[in-house]
Amino acid sequence: MESIPSEDIARNLMKRTVCAKSIFELWGHGQSPEELYSSLKNYPVEKMVPFLHSNSTYKIKIHTFNKTLTQEEKIKRIDALEFLPFEGKVNLKRPQHVFSVLEDYGLDPNCIPENPHNIYFGRWIADGQRELIESYSVKKRHFIGNTSMDAGLSFIMANHGKVKENDIVFDPFVGTGGLLIASAHFGAYVYGTDIDYNTVHGLGKASRKNQKWRGPDENIRANLRQYGLEKYYLDVLVSDASKPSWRKGTYFDAIITDLILENSVGWNHLVLLWFECLAFFNKIYTEETVPRHPCLKLISNCEQKLSSHTSRRLITMEKVKKFEGVVQEMRLYSEATKSQFVVKDGHGGWGKEVEEIHI
Amino acid sequence: MEFNPQFMEPMIPKVECAAFLEVADNLQLIQVPKGPVKGYKENEDFLRTMHHLLLEVEVVEGTLQCPESGRMFPINCRVPNMLLSEDESEN
Repeated sequence: MESIPSEDIARNLMKRTVCAKSIFELWGHGQSPEELYSSLKNYPVEKMVPFLHSNSTYKIKIHTFNKTLTQEEKIKRIDALEFLPFEGKVNLKRPQHVFSVLEDYGLDPNCIPENPHNIYFGRWIADGQRELIESYSVKKRHFIGNTSMDAGLSFIMANHGKVKENDIVFDPFVGTGGLLIASAHFGAYVYGTDIDYNTVHGLGKASRKNQKWRGPDENIRANLRQYGLEKYYLDVLVSDASKPSWRKGTYFDAIITDLILENSVGWNHLVLLWFECLAFFNKIYTEETVPRHPCLKLISNCEQKLSSHTSRRLITMEKVKKFEGVVQEMRLYSEATKSQFVVKDGHGGWGKEVEEIHI
Repeated sequence: MEFNPQFMEPMIPKVECAAFLEVADNLQLIQVPKGPVKGYKENEDFLRTMHHLLLEVEVVEGTLQCPESGRMFPINCRVPNMLLSEDESEN
């Protein structure tokens, strides 16, 4: 349950999230039907009336989590809400207002309680973007690689990077361009580089089962085309992201990337110059070793467990200060160990010339 | 490509004018503006021209040459290859 200042904000939130299914305006809550009804009776009538007046149409839905109800049981629950001042007409096909009863029977499918733990009643406001996970599924994507990011996470990353219309989003480890697709979906123009010539050109062995070689049109542009997003394709280059290859200046609104290689030090000093917001995945094993920099503010650090002893983290940082140092010497430090990594030379690549200094 | 002035407008100051003009000249493109015209934000003709040059002109096969070192970078199937060889990157 969240407190959101306005319905518009709630709608806009749901236009972006792939995590939440729906959002409701909560009218009542209880741990039993009686508690719910008394909670509803305490909800101010003047807040209900605009949605219940005689010229309106409505429908009531019953959602259960971890349990299936019969039609009969559902109707019983709807009838029990008679005491609410419904004056409009029921319209099951195109109602103006939808109200929902949500019953929560816990998470354990092997132990479903007789009665729900919690019951909520509210006015439906909007649905989230969960269907994007299906419609952008990697399974149906034209061009994929062994490490393609799954669709849901790609959208979460684009959200972390605050990707919006007309932004320029860059992925320095672009691979088959999965992260660019999610950004383009939100109206950003996309750009990528990768060190692997074959991947960028869509050559070599296919990652798909039952397919030996990649087809002639397997590339990032074709991927965007598949989703009607080709107009957001700027370009891709074959390039080594650990080497400086850009003029000074801020060219990108966001860098969204997946660092499959585990060394995070080598590239940071290079990308720092060019973006406003950065979201990346990295296999950094502990909370303490997240790279930090005085120009960057850590916005979030989320863990995704991969197995019992490994995980990766989605790190989001925002540039809070203009970077004015020399590209060749960028300090990244980890607070817990008080050690400093100095990237001595831009040509070091993947931390080759990184030395650790204890302070 | 669809013309989008909201995207094109903030792009203009990011363009390195001299390099851009040189490339346009090498490719023998006509009607290349000599630089951002005054009040370009409201100048749709200018923005459309820049849109065309930046987003619709593409070198399919060719080379890019570094103006400082003279190093040539090949372009194959529309993708420039900026990789250096091991000994080049030592410097």
